[in-house]
Amino acid sequence: MHSKPDKASWGLTLGAIGGLLFLHFPMFVIFLYSFTTDEATYSFPLPGFTTKWFGVAMGRQDLWDALMLSLQVASVATLAALVLGTLAAAAVYRSDFFGRDAISFLLVLPIALPGIVTGIALRSAIGSMEIPFSFWTIIIGHATFCVVVVYNNVLARFRRMSGTQIEASMDLGANSFQTFRYVVLPNIGTALLAGGMLAFALSFDEVIVTTFTAGQQSTLPIWIFSQLVRPRDRPVTNVVATIVILITFLPIFFAQKISAESSETEGGSK
Amino acid sequence: MANRLSAFFFRNPKLVTLLLLSLPLAYMVVVYLGSLFALLINSFYYLEEFTGLVVKEFTLSTYGQLLKPANLGIFGRTAGMALAVTIMDAIIAFPLAYYIAKFASPRLRTYLYIAVTLPLWSSYIVRVYAWKLILSKEGIVSWFVDLLHLNFALDWVLSLPGIGGSSLSLSPIGMFIAFCYIWLPYMIVPIQTALERVPKSLLEASSDLGATPAQTLRTVILPLAFPGVVAGSIFTFSLTLGDFIVPQSLGNSRFFIGQAVYSYQGTAGNIPLAAAFTMGPIVIMIAYLLIARKLGAFDAL
Repeated sequence: MHSKPDKASWGLTLGAIGGLLFLHFPMFVIFLYSFTTDEATYSFPLPGFTTKWFGVAMGRQDLWDALMLSLQVASVATLAALVLGTLAAAAVYRSDFFGRDAISFLLVLPIALPGIVTGIALRSAIGSMEIPFSFWTIIIGHATFCVVVVYNNVLARFRRMSGTQIEASMDLGANSFQTFRYVVLPNIGTALLAGGMLAFALSFDEVIVTTFTAGQQSTLPIWIFSQLVRPRDRPVTNVVATIVILITFLPIFFAQKISAESSETEGGSK
Repeated sequence: MANRLSAFFFRNPKLVTLLLLSLPLAYMVVVYLGSLFALLINSFYYLEEFTGLVVKEFTLSTYGQLLKPANLGIFGRTAGMALAVTIMDAIIAFPLAYYIAKFASPRLRTYLYIAVTLPLWSSYIVRVYAWKLILSKEGIVSWFVDLLHLNFALDWVLSLPGIGGSSLSLSPIGMFIAFCYIWLPYMIVPIQTALERVPKSLLEASSDLGATPAQTLRTVILPLAFPGVVAGSIFTFSLTLGDFIVPQSLGNSRFFIGQAVYSYQGTAGNIPLAAAFTMGPIVIMIAYLLIARKLGAFDAL
């Protein structure tokens, strides 16, 4: 017997810890830098600590505008994704129709192809039809890649839900709408929540497609991108980056916890 | 009314499916596929050099421009970077994926899974920005290298032609590191999924039959993890291929596909050429997806 199967070798453990550190260390660095007193460079060790940049950032109207735009876009895009994703998931779950795989493929395409493809494609369509850039052109772009997130979450839940519940509800005299309201909806509730939160985070953070569909409008990620290319307000950018991490952290964390836990209960019932 | 409607629905399940499907399908087909189609059409137009206007006439001349040495260089450089990133990510991802799949307790596994997928959803642009801080000339990496008195090694690496630059954040090495970091979770998750399907008894059998852990790793675990690696590589490869944020923020002035698309459609207003450029990654990715499906990668997604 060469090794106990339940104990990881120290080399593997070290590799795993290394991978985890690599994944999370950079976030910590941004957090640290938002307190630096250094205005002109990214020097490390930090010359001193200050919280004044949070105040400076709070006073910037352009940042508030960008934040508001990002929040509005993310909310509307999430709403669109919830409706479209749930409908598609229900249709695919209900029946074994021809082209079912094609639908899944079509929905996954916007996230499987590089974002720039979606971006430039929408840009050429908008250009060809001479539609002016607006809030809605951003939404149209975001909805394409948010739908799949909701779709995946809801479809996975549908597949775990036993169909007999729906039949029982119908047998007991509930009509389709009542069945949806009292049986289906409570079952898929947390999946909608998880999918919705992920879609929100995805949209709130998105920069590639947005660059092509926003025109002159500036969402928060676009604002950060402009600072990346030509840094003007380094300390304020650090603060904004920290705030973006904080805004998206909780929704993502809870969404992940919901899906991790529900896949575990599935494993337990097998 | 509601009852009659629902009875009608019950008798016509196909119609209901169609109704459910119509809205999302219409959206994806009209908006998404429609746009892709517009992209394709645009790539057959051309930009009139003198007027700077797009001429809506069928031509292959825009595709012809892609064959210029400078543009072929862009394709080669980008594909090379995508390949290097994919290989490096597979190497970094494997230990973590293996640990999560086979050694972590269920409770730890949930948290490790969240730790791996959290960056997947959290701000992409912010995560690129982090590397601008870390890799800058006066930043953490330089400080750490200095602490270890290894400046000569860093200077030597940065002096290498092709991958060097004036600082890490302005060199292809910096881009490489940032790319590896950004797409790493996409590699970990499929490998982990693939390994979770390997029954423990198989590993025990290998060990009972006299294989050393290294042999088990090489002849049992790695081949079974391979579909996961292929699945992960779809993302790492495709995403690197089309990215313009990382090359725009880090690295030197030599173009990548994404940057070329971005700049041609932007200030130059040359949407046809940008569209033709985009066809490169699309064709590469479609070929890649077809091969990946043959290799069974979709089961590991």
